[in-house]
Amino acid sequence: MKGALACQDLIVGFGATEVLRGVTLSVPEQGITAVIGPSGCGKSTLLRCFNRMNDHLPGFFLRGKVWALGRDVYDPTWPVDSLRFAVGMVFQKPNPFPMSIAENVLFGPRLAGIRQREELRVILERSLRAAHLWDEVKDTLHASAFSLSGGQQQRLCIARALACQPRVLLLDEPSSALDPIATAALEETVSELASEVAVLWVTHDLQQAARVSQQVAFLYLGKLVEAGSTAEVFANPAQPLTEAYLTGKFG
Amino acid sequence: MSAPPVRVSEGLPSRAIAFAALVVALALMAGMLLVVVVGTAHGFWPRKLVAFTLADGSELLGEPWGEEPDPQAPGNRRVRLKVGNRDLLGQDFVFVRLAEVVAEAYPQDAVVLERWEYGNFYGFPVLLKYDGREVAPGDPQFEQALTAQLAKAYRITKRFATLRARITTAPSEEELAELNTLAAHLSSCNLTLRTASGVTKEITCGEVVRLWRPNRMGLGAQTLEFIRRLWQFLFSEPREANTEGGIFPALFGTAFLVMLMTVFVVPLGVLTAVYLREYAKDNAFTRGVRMAVSTLAGVPSIVFGAFGLAFFVYQVGGAVDRLFFAANLPTPTFGTGGVLWASLTMALLTLPVVVVASEEGLSAAPPEVRDGARALGATRWETLRRVVFPYAKPGILTGVILAVARAAGEVAPLMLTGVVKLAPSLPLDGTPPFLHLERKFMHLGFHIYDVGFQSPNIEAARPMIFATTLVLLLLVVVLNLLALIFRNKARKALEGGVL
Repeated sequence: MKGALACQDLIVGFGATEVLRGVTLSVPEQGITAVIGPSGCGKSTLLRCFNRMNDHLPGFFLRGKVWALGRDVYDPTWPVDSLRFAVGMVFQKPNPFPMSIAENVLFGPRLAGIRQREELRVILERSLRAAHLWDEVKDTLHASAFSLSGGQQQRLCIARALACQPRVLLLDEPSSALDPIATAALEETVSELASEVAVLWVTHDLQQAARVSQQVAFLYLGKLVEAGSTAEVFANPAQPLTEAYLTGKFG
Repeated sequence: MSAPPVRVSEGLPSRAIAFAALVVALALMAGMLLVVVVGTAHGFWPRKLVAFTLADGSELLGEPWGEEPDPQAPGNRRVRLKVGNRDLLGQDFVFVRLAEVVAEAYPQDAVVLERWEYGNFYGFPVLLKYDGREVAPGDPQFEQALTAQLAKAYRITKRFATLRARITTAPSEEELAELNTLAAHLSSCNLTLRTASGVTKEITCGEVVRLWRPNRMGLGAQTLEFIRRLWQFLFSEPREANTEGGIFPALFGTAFLVMLMTVFVVPLGVLTAVYLREYAKDNAFTRGVRMAVSTLAGVPSIVFGAFGLAFFVYQVGGAVDRLFFAANLPTPTFGTGGVLWASLTMALLTLPVVVVASEEGLSAAPPEVRDGARALGATRWETLRRVVFPYAKPGILTGVILAVARAAGEVAPLMLTGVVKLAPSLPLDGTPPFLHLERKFMHLGFHIYDVGFQSPNIEAARPMIFATTLVLLLLVVVLNLLALIFRNKARKALEGGVL
């Protein structure tokens, strides 16, 4: 399979419930791919398959194939911690760690064993600049991450993910806890990043998907209904179900 | 149609009852504190010396320790008088019926001698002999010579004691020579005193701890004396079966025990909690473990003491002796109570508190923050150490606070595992290997019991009981405050601000 992320005939469930029922999808190496669909359709579960974050959940099972960066995520020679380090993830709620802003960003690099001050300083500045946060925090790098606003915290989480220099970013409804201004700032930040990394962006906000994404995938009840370029899908949905969802008949 | 029912409120005035309960609880606590503080102040404040002349012509000199109704003569009152001079009179306290007192005076030249043995001596100085010279109280040099000679004798006595404590086997020739010189110095100085009843008594200067004249003291001097006594109480060794001197070994023993216990219980309790909360699945086993832990919290402390004696002292200690100290057998080294076994027993006793509090602390870390760390590739352990632990710290410290407060106050388990009424040496001192975990130790809680209920001279020891209780209370408060400060610091660090 080609692309930064891909899955084939992916079936995932917990205990007796199947959440994903045969999903095949490929995510290109640049640009933003949005995953849309009504609540409970399996968007987040799909996203979390690519860095194996579902594995600890009770009753988890998976059939089918999942690739990240061209490699099978269940390749026994690829430890799960290395996979997760290579695939960045940002969560629904900002989740800064209880440490300083700088230490939040450097969490990943320190795990990777980087100890040199100069190298860490370069990574810190580059990651915070890429997340459009540098100018706001450059004088308070040693303040607690909890002193930031919600929007800043979420951009800090992006910077934290970027500090590991991932080639893929998984965003799980990252703006759902943010106000419109912070959301706009976040969208601008990620759009700029997308020229270099692949972004898979789960959102329940159709306008947001239309604004930011180049590709879109519509999931419904654990099945991929339609996928394609955002302009195409929003203008001329091939499936009547997609059209019904896009026009607000359900969801 | 019948009339609709009418609701008549018959509730108790719950607010008033609850408030009354609060008042009673506060009054009890304040009362306890008041009794202890007043008892201490009462016992340590320097008293004037009163000289009574009785109807039969006899004279008494001593410190008045309160008036009370005379049970033998209804309507009359009597004074409890501390007359000291135990070596002459046999007891420290006598009762004086006020009806029999014909004259009462506060003689200016009456002195109190605090002695290393036989308690206080009350009387009037008659003659000081030192280095072949003799000085009487009328002499202008008397005061100066008395102060200087007693101070010198005090220093020599101290030196003598240290030297003798250091010599464990046969003394070397130099040591023997020094001991002899010191002894000669001590015996060259003598103070002759007259008691109220006219008996003359010669006391060598080396017997005296301090001499003072309470009837010449103003308020300032009394306050100084009061502070000096409290200081001496805290930082000197006990004498005369713990009824005199200080409580330093007990204070040190308590603090040492608590710290050693903390060293044992914190890692054990926290790691147990980590396993239960972070690794174990929720099944019958973990539920059973949790139930066992909370049951352990309700087990009477004497049971822990019995277990500590049977397991730590006899089993483990006995095995250690057979393996490493076989040369000393049958004299046990670790096979008898000691501070190590006592602190391990206390660690077991306080384990449930630490486990429960740590578990609560660990659950304070939000799942999304754990996920965040895992998503960056952190292992369980890295997540725990760097992300979860800061959240758990306040909870863990709460557990430590509770454990420390409990351990400082427990006595029953210690009585079986190594506490003694008088320990010859501290568990931490200057002789290698410096840390003597096998040694028996003294403890404030046990000290209260011993001085209060096992003492041969209960009247003389009364101030010591109150003061020891006060010190124990203060120690618990201080330990609590320390832990509280740490906890609030951890909380503040978590809530934001500069780290």
